[in-house]
Amino acid sequence: MLNYILRRVAIAIPTLFIISLIIFLILNLAPGDPTANLPLTIPPEVKATIRASLGLDQPIHIRFLLWCKQFFINEPYYIFGDMMGWPADPDQARVVSWQTRSPVVDLILQRIPQTLWVVGMSYVLAILIAVPIGVISAYRQYSWFDQAGTFISMVGFSVPTFFTGVVVIVVFSVQLGWFPSIYDTTHKVTDWSSFLFQIRQMIMPVAVLALYNAAQMSRFMRASMLDNLNQDYVRTARAKGIKERTVVLVHVLRNSLIPVVTVIALGVPQVFGGAIITEQVFKVNGLGQLLIIAIQGSDIPTVQTITFIFAFLIVTFNLIADVLYGILDPRIRYD
Amino acid sequence: MTEISSKPKQAAEFRLSTAPRSQWLDVWDQFKSHKGALVGMVFFLFIVLAVFVGPYVWTLDGQYVNFRARNLRPGWAHPFGTDQLGRDQLARLLAGGRVSIAVGITAMSISLCVGTLIGVLAGYLKRLDGVLMRFTDLFLALPLLPLLLLIITLFRDTLRAAFGPESGIFLLIVTVIGITSWMQTARIVRGDVLALKEREFVLASRSIGTPSRRMILRHILPNVLSPIMVSATLGIAYAIITESALSFLGLGFPSDFPTWGRLLYDATDYLRDYPERAIWPGLAISFTVLSVNYVGDGLRDALDPRIRGR
Amino acid sequence: MKIRSVILGAAAALAIVPAAQAERGSDGHVNIIYWQAPSTLNPYLSGGTKELESASLVIEPLARYNEKGAMVPWLVDTVPTIENGGVSKDLKTITWKLKEGLKWSDGSPVTSADVVFTWKYCTAEGGGCAQSEKYNDVTNVEALDGLTVKVTFGVSKPFPYGPFVGAQAPIIQAKQFADCLGAKAPGCTDANFKPIGTGPFMVTEFRPNDVISLKANPNYRDPAKPAFATVTFKGGGSAMDAGRAVLETGQFDYAWNLQLAPDVLANMQKAGKGKVVSAFGTLVERIMINMTNPDPKLGDERGTAKHPHPFLTDIAVRKALSMAIDRKLLVEIGYGDAGRPTCNVLPAPEIYKSTANDACLNQDIEGAKKLLDEAGWKPGSDGIRAKDGVRLSILYQTSTNAVRQNFQAAIKQWWNEIGVEVELRNINASVFFGSDPGSPDTFQKFFADVEMYANNFDGTDPESYMANWECKQAPRPETQWQGNNMPRYCDKGYDALVAKMAKTGDLMERAKLAKAMNDKLMQEYIILPLVDRGRVSAHSVTLGGVVLNTWDSELWNAADWYRIK
Repeated sequence: MLNYILRRVAIAIPTLFIISLIIFLILNLAPGDPTANLPLTIPPEVKATIRASLGLDQPIHIRFLLWCKQFFINEPYYIFGDMMGWPADPDQARVVSWQTRSPVVDLILQRIPQTLWVVGMSYVLAILIAVPIGVISAYRQYSWFDQAGTFISMVGFSVPTFFTGVVVIVVFSVQLGWFPSIYDTTHKVTDWSSFLFQIRQMIMPVAVLALYNAAQMSRFMRASMLDNLNQDYVRTARAKGIKERTVVLVHVLRNSLIPVVTVIALGVPQVFGGAIITEQVFKVNGLGQLLIIAIQGSDIPTVQTITFIFAFLIVTFNLIADVLYGILDPRIRYD
Repeated sequence: MTEISSKPKQAAEFRLSTAPRSQWLDVWDQFKSHKGALVGMVFFLFIVLAVFVGPYVWTLDGQYVNFRARNLRPGWAHPFGTDQLGRDQLARLLAGGRVSIAVGITAMSISLCVGTLIGVLAGYLKRLDGVLMRFTDLFLALPLLPLLLLIITLFRDTLRAAFGPESGIFLLIVTVIGITSWMQTARIVRGDVLALKEREFVLASRSIGTPSRRMILRHILPNVLSPIMVSATLGIAYAIITESALSFLGLGFPSDFPTWGRLLYDATDYLRDYPERAIWPGLAISFTVLSVNYVGDGLRDALDPRIRGR
Repeated sequence: MKIRSVILGAAAALAIVPAAQAERGSDGHVNIIYWQAPSTLNPYLSGGTKELESASLVIEPLARYNEKGAMVPWLVDTVPTIENGGVSKDLKTITWKLKEGLKWSDGSPVTSADVVFTWKYCTAEGGGCAQSEKYNDVTNVEALDGLTVKVTFGVSKPFPYGPFVGAQAPIIQAKQFADCLGAKAPGCTDANFKPIGTGPFMVTEFRPNDVISLKANPNYRDPAKPAFATVTFKGGGSAMDAGRAVLETGQFDYAWNLQLAPDVLANMQKAGKGKVVSAFGTLVERIMINMTNPDPKLGDERGTAKHPHPFLTDIAVRKALSMAIDRKLLVEIGYGDAGRPTCNVLPAPEIYKSTANDACLNQDIEGAKKLLDEAGWKPGSDGIRAKDGVRLSILYQTSTNAVRQNFQAAIKQWWNEIGVEVELRNINASVFFGSDPGSPDTFQKFFADVEMYANNFDGTDPESYMANWECKQAPRPETQWQGNNMPRYCDKGYDALVAKMAKTGDLMERAKLAKAMNDKLMQEYIILPLVDRGRVSAHSVTLGGVVLNTWDSELWNAADWYRIK
């Protein structure tokens, strides 16, 4: 297993490099112009000078190598130096966003709190809901619980979040007035009442996202449990007189976890950039919103950096998922 | 001694009275007994029939802009009401259904085929595992929007010239959704195949010299049907919703071309005053997905020999 | 009962007493929401409207336009003119004198050196200043004394109020931006995000593309203003969410640019928490007609003057297309009170408005059909008109936007009725309005037969706007497809009018020339104007002092806002 992990880590480096190269090519070949969102009253010659000042007139391979140098060498140096208290070196160019003209890493760090609070929390909640629902649905297949669970999860998955989000806002924010419809990112939690306010402004986006994610996960959990509940070893365990609960939760559940682990592991990177629509509907202004604004404004450095971080997370979590397979099911061999 | 010798003659008279049954008939029997699956199948056939035959029965044009009939509530002339431009909602729902179901099923099939193929190959053949999984990582990391913009810019004019504006866009959208949503299926299938590969029956099969191809088709695939069925259901819903997101971004069908996702999106602004405009497409999408889901459940149960005949 | 009503009446009367009696910061907090979030507070680095307006709370120009379009002095006492000697008779210099005692928010005095520096900042090499057009033709800006600045132009400028006037050209502090000239400009993140200004508020925290936190400027020139002590300027979401936050939930006090269908807005206003305000400027939604042939078969020569359009060069076709459109109905479905049907591409200010084209306000389908019949365009077997083998088949493109898509559906219907086939296309706004030379979908490349979008001009002088349709401004391969003359209109008479206006100083003469140019474009149906679009914003009923200004920043008088008690 250790060999396997080391091998995978070693392969991850060229993989990430190739991925970032392909993403860079796609971003640059796709049509789009960072000056497109400027008012039409700004004449085209001025827009051309703006584009030149962003470095867009340099050839594509130079720009890619420049980004690589800035991201892999200058940024870590800057962050490390910042932590140690070294003075900043003004010549070390950092990766700068074209829209805000400020370092991309700062933007990302600013967004992480609300992303973790809302999207992260909803993901945890989704897992906590989906696993029990999936288990019970499978155990009592075709009971009313199963039918209701199936119906709700199908609706939860087929109806897009831009719709459920709006419905939730209209009902709870406009009609009932219980929760604020716009998330305040500057709110600091310092005491109990501010904590309660944070919960109040978080409930709606968390619920909407959790429903969407839980729907997916519970379907896979249920299907996997159903597969395993009919296996011979279950019959043997029951015949041996083991308590039903132990049979289900210790034996069957553990073997059914493989597809669920996949879905969960693949979903974690989505926390860092996938909940675009929900973030927009509730104005949570997290990483998803930053990504979509950067894409729409053709702000290539920001998109490149965020998607690279995304790719890094995906590669990492895939490795974690693979390792977990090996732990959960000792029959799986990698060597 | 005479009794012993007479037994084989009697035994020979006790021939089987029924011909051997086909496996598929057994599957169908089991499927029929699953009430949910039957209802799902009937409902799905009903929806498909409604959207393909319906426009010949209800002949109003969903694209006809009728300013005098704006924002009508459901009534005799317009059973589902009209939208802000006076277009009949029932006609748009039926026309939209055609496109949405076609897109949903086609895109889902593409993604299912690609995902299963890659998942099985990666799980079964150790040499290909590394490469295929890194390939999956690449697709997972790709930003969808710029990729779509790029593909659509490159291929839109050629497809439009070759197939006409609507079919060209249909092909483009279906392909794009299909090739960007197979990754989850691939990983899940691979996980299951990795576990299955070590089971005794596979070992037994290999020991009698079963070639790989037969092994995959006959032994591995039928046992990974379960997650594949779930992926199929989720895939249809995902394809329909993604198509609406594409239209919203201007990358999909022309704006006056109704699809269920687009109808839902257009209705979001009018949610408080005309909720029925959102309810119908929302229910249509949900019920289509539900019925496919039940059919999938039934199929999975029917194809599992342990459940069959119980 | 009676006593109670008397007391209530007295309380109501007291409440009406203007809050100008209040002192600075007495009204607490105000929440503003812009559904497009500002990405920087330096309007010189990003000319976007959201950046201009959010920055206008902090930094200010020497003079600006009020809600009527008239110029008002802002950091100066009087606007220089020829009569008061501020502008030289040869129209080549203009002298501004700052108010006495102006201070930056950090306490240091505002001097003419800051004004000179502002010019240097925007014209520095490599800076990519988005507002450099404002400083066109300026050869020198010098400080005559501590408070006086003289701007010298290279040519005589009948309208010398480009530099330092309007929200696009605010004065920045020389000391803060000293190290940020030229290519270093984007690197000064602190200065770009927290500019020191003369405005009523100063920045305490800026999160780009998210939220700005501001507080009252302790060194603001009017000690009783601003009435609000703190401001939250939130960005993001959609126009629908912003409208809802002000009109339905009351969570916010001011929402900008609510591009929503009129019935949606009217319904939201019924909740009684907020008020919708609108005002008109020069923004006109129009259809541009392509005078060249965009057929992909022509390869590199598509969309250039080498191949005139097969049927849109026939004025009868263009006129018929215009006659088939019911502009009043379009306004009703798209904009309601926030729009007016218009037949001029130059609708305002009043002196430039022509009345010669108003016949277009009435839809005339029969007349359009007759016109096409007389010009020889007969309907074929499929109902589409054709002549000499050329079919009237139009590709109609615009940006992705719900109201625009509604317009497309309606106009397609009307054009179908007169026998023209229409295919609709909508393109993502960041691609459509971009200048990416590699994309075939930009509005400059115009690889379609007609396209629809809206445009306007800054300030009140239309000279450079009308010059957009000069022949040499046609986008073509030689200019990297940059240019403002989308229809590729080429007419010697029009170019002569443009040249004449550049030399004319008298205001009434200029108005006559502008009207003549407008009429020429309208009567040749090169551009089909549809709607004179106003700006629509909403504010809470408890927010007083809001005056919607379409000629400058909407937040131009935020210093005068107060809370109605």
